[in-house]
Amino acid sequence: MIQRPKPDKKRLRRTMMFMNSQKPGLIKDAYIYGSDSIILDLEDAVAENQKDAARFSLYHALKNIDYGDTEVLVRINGLDTPHWQEDVRVCVAGGADGIRIAKCENAEMVHQVEEAVLAAEREFGVEEGRTLLMAALESPMGIMNAYDIVTASDRMLGCAISGGDFRKSMHVQIQRGGVEMMVARGQMLLAARAAGVQCFDTMFPNIDDMEGFQAEVIQNHQMGFDGKSIVNPKQIAFVHETFAPTEKEIVYAEKLVRGCQAQADAGIGVYTVDGKMVDIPFFEDAKRIIALAKACGVYHGDL
Amino acid sequence: MLIKNSAVAGTLESSDAQVTIEPGNGLELNIQSSVLNQYGRQIKAAVLETLNRLEVTNAKVTVIDKGALDCTLKARVECAVYRSCDQSASNIPWGGIIK
Repeated sequence: MIQRPKPDKKRLRRTMMFMNSQKPGLIKDAYIYGSDSIILDLEDAVAENQKDAARFSLYHALKNIDYGDTEVLVRINGLDTPHWQEDVRVCVAGGADGIRIAKCENAEMVHQVEEAVLAAEREFGVEEGRTLLMAALESPMGIMNAYDIVTASDRMLGCAISGGDFRKSMHVQIQRGGVEMMVARGQMLLAARAAGVQCFDTMFPNIDDMEGFQAEVIQNHQMGFDGKSIVNPKQIAFVHETFAPTEKEIVYAEKLVRGCQAQADAGIGVYTVDGKMVDIPFFEDAKRIIALAKACGVYHGDL
Repeated sequence: MLIKNSAVAGTLESSDAQVTIEPGNGLELNIQSSVLNQYGRQIKAAVLETLNRLEVTNAKVTVIDKGALDCTLKARVECAVYRSCDQSASNIPWGGIIK
């Protein structure tokens, strides 16, 4: 039986790859592709009359397959279905790292799932508080309530926008440049940063359009997302590359971190590095970049 | 568990197995597999272990294996048994009899 390490709310999540829990061929070796997280899906990918079979399959996958450092999350069925409570039970019993709440619209929905998770942790003897939560925002109401949602529970690791449903509810189609979801993405990012949790963009559905995919990933990174949902392993490498700090950023961050302590000791608040004025927030951001570079495996310094 | 109705779980896709369970007298096991020569005994052992664990003593079980791992075989047998008893939708004893 596999015992997974305690989930870490703040871990690196550049990519979250969706996998159908009902398909053994997919989930048995999902870890080999190297996405940071996988999301085993009990919701839309699983046909209505196969929800039961998917849970048995999920349970044994969680208990028998060693996913190593890959985070294992499960997307459960919506709270308006008869499936979600049993979904929560199997996730907790199997030791999943966290649960993705589909179609989350308000804090009350988070509370409902949290209650079921806590009951399941008690039922199955799992450490209370171990199972993390994240919210998928799929509607205008979900976006409007984003801050309430991500602050509704200590278990919340973050939120993600789900483009398919969201675009339908807004009567828009996917656009190059992303103008159709710009405000929603921005508002969700604000909410997540205000709450100190992570924020993820939707998956890019057209697997063969690598150019469109790459443009979206670059924009995601520019906007401040922590990562992206993906649906195909071939999308992983570009996201990981894009989200890793560049050599230049790392060198500059190192210089800031090293310089800051000396300046502070000398009683100086604002000073310049390479001709640019910097102060304390720059120092915090530099520390974040070093930590991210370490997590991405691209840091070779000694800080 | 008492097998009252016929039930099926699983598919014929690669790495999966389709398990059919029907009422019967004693245990009657029929396994078809593309890897029967290499893994026939292991498949049979996994299916029998699962049926024993679920205390299924009377049933006709047909397994069409497409290269499933043991954990998939277990999942399919368990689901078929719970479906045949009309108990597959909720309150599954995860970590109890299902392990």
